[in-house]
Amino acid sequence: VHVQLNMSVRVDVSRKLAILADAAKYDASCASSGARSKAAGRDGLGSTTPAGICHSYTPDGRCVSLLKILLTNFCVYECIYCINRRSSNVPRARFTVDEVVDLTLGFYRRNYIEGLFLSSGIIQSPDYTMEQVVAVARKLRAEHRFAGYIHLKTIPEASPELLAEAGRYADRLSINIELPTVADLGQLAPQKDWTNIDRMMGRIAHNIDAARTAEVSSPASERAVRSFAGFAPKPIRPPRARPQPPPFAPAGQSTQMIVGATPTADAAILRTADTLYRRHSLRRVYYSAFSPIPDASPRLALQAPPLVREHRLYQADWLLRFYGFSVDEIVPTAAANLDLSLNPKLAWALRNRHAFPVDLNRAERAQLLRVPGLGVRNVDRLLEIRRWARIRLVDLTRLKVNLKDALPFVIVADHTPHRLGLDSDSLRARLAKPAEQLELFNTPSPHGATL
Amino acid sequence: VISVAAPNDFEAWRVIARSLLARGLPPAGIVWEPAAQRALWENWQVEEPSPEEPADSPANVANVRIPPRFLELARLVAAHLAPERWAVLYRVLWRLSHGERHLLQLASDVDTHALEMWEKAVRRELHKMTAFVRFRAIRDEGAGGREHFIAWYEPVHDVVALGAPFFVRRFTSMQWSILSPRRCVHWDGATLRESPGVSRDQAPNDDALEALWRTYYASIFNPARLKIDAMLREMPRRYWKNLPETDLIEQLITDASSRTETMIEASREKQRPLL
Repeated sequence: VHVQLNMSVRVDVSRKLAILADAAKYDASCASSGARSKAAGRDGLGSTTPAGICHSYTPDGRCVSLLKILLTNFCVYECIYCINRRSSNVPRARFTVDEVVDLTLGFYRRNYIEGLFLSSGIIQSPDYTMEQVVAVARKLRAEHRFAGYIHLKTIPEASPELLAEAGRYADRLSINIELPTVADLGQLAPQKDWTNIDRMMGRIAHNIDAARTAEVSSPASERAVRSFAGFAPKPIRPPRARPQPPPFAPAGQSTQMIVGATPTADAAILRTADTLYRRHSLRRVYYSAFSPIPDASPRLALQAPPLVREHRLYQADWLLRFYGFSVDEIVPTAAANLDLSLNPKLAWALRNRHAFPVDLNRAERAQLLRVPGLGVRNVDRLLEIRRWARIRLVDLTRLKVNLKDALPFVIVADHTPHRLGLDSDSLRARLAKPAEQLELFNTPSPHGATL
Repeated sequence: VISVAAPNDFEAWRVIARSLLARGLPPAGIVWEPAAQRALWENWQVEEPSPEEPADSPANVANVRIPPRFLELARLVAAHLAPERWAVLYRVLWRLSHGERHLLQLASDVDTHALEMWEKAVRRELHKMTAFVRFRAIRDEGAGGREHFIAWYEPVHDVVALGAPFFVRRFTSMQWSILSPRRCVHWDGATLRESPGVSRDQAPNDDALEALWRTYYASIFNPARLKIDAMLREMPRRYWKNLPETDLIEQLITDASSRTETMIEASREKQRPLL
């Protein structure tokens, strides 16, 4: 039963909310709220959808999808880049478990949010802190039968038992790798341990994989309600003979890397991301351009990196995951940092002009994916159109292909690029964004970087 | 030329289109006449689908086989505001059933392209509805003082009925209504009901939690990375008037640069040697 907060309690909650949302806003690892489709039905509240929903946008262009807060911003750690580090002179607060539960349900019922993203400063011990975070999720799932989205931040040193329980309640778990190299982490987050973080990510990946395997081997008819069985005591369908495997973070795990707080180059950042995707099957790596914070450490750079760098990293990340590129192709030894004035696929094409022009009526999918201006969706549409008709310029126009980027690199029925154009040195100049536009360049949401 | 009164929704269009198709009437000879313009065209020959010819009769539909994708597309396109949608839908139906069964695979065909653009606009509007509906709670005096959640929503396209199942699934255990100028939907915990549109003053003006929501919105914003265009692209101004948080935006933008300067200045002070 939802308890109405009285006036004085609400003022207190409001003050805490201001502090603990402010403390959480530098964590970008929760942009998504997409999860496998599930719903609470009559006994509970909420549902999740595969695409996720952004319920609002703030003037920083970021999606507001979840109630993103810390349980507390008291912290025993001294991470140089963090607003909540022990020595930071910011106001401190701590929510009770019930306050977070009531806020989540109250916001959710009004359709403000998709669910909760809960993180916390480390207080007393890793297990004590983790237990508090898990208590919120437990209450939402078991007591209120809340079926909305829950993302829990995991503490690398937490016990396997707490991790197992967190995974049972959460759609997604994340641990922030924080910085792209072991040396960077040692320098800016002395109490954090790269090996512990890596080990915990491995454990999460293992649990996710085990839960998924158990699910695949259970009969298909039971699968539909399985993801809910873990926290709904009352079965939605008639009881089944075989006990269901408990779910574990079915929406996977993610992480965040802070960019620009150290001089580390994009090549190292992307190599770490690539390793995480391969080693621990991460769903997403989020890149967060280091941003000025109140009461910053004097050891930190004054100048924030240009936001366009973050954008280029997301584009490169997309090339790794969906376009078949390797890290070495995107950031070759000769250019360890991404070119800020060109999207990385265009930059690759300009370095590899011998691979062009590509005939859109003949080339294989893998080749089409490497053509500047063509996204995955349009590649698939072109392949479909090709079965019935020859592709012409007008098709590209209707599909809203970026012709400026694409035309120098493609052949279609009524277009062949000038050989001279492809060879000329001025091509790069024609395609690059003028430097003065870079700062004004607006990043699309990390959901959908287009290439 | 045959003139047909433009239908109100997909189901009505479907009945008419089946009848026209069964009678072999090609799209070039048909005018889909918007209801409002009817009086102007009084001297035209106006044909309604005749009631004694049930559209679902096997004789009418037996040899028309349509890809399921067309029905999905048509259902969404029907909610679009463009008056020419009915004519294009019928033309595509005709072409699909007259030797161009793969028409919908040709994303760059003029008609397919038009339908897909409309579909995209309607899907976007539907998605925005799931995002931007804001419920306000009132206590129903009857029914044991149960909370009733009411939203006022003004979509560009006619998506309120299409969007209702999402809210049923998510808020099954709640009692709620979404009010809008064209039509309203209501859920009492068991049944979904549709009613005619109402005016804004039928919806509540405030909710006890909106102050907290606004506090959250202002606090989660990072003034050091202003990207107004990115916000506007996903949350255009036309949605703002029914969102309780959006009147904070102007002030947040105005203060952003001075807040950022203050943060950077404070760091600079600290980095300065003491003597």
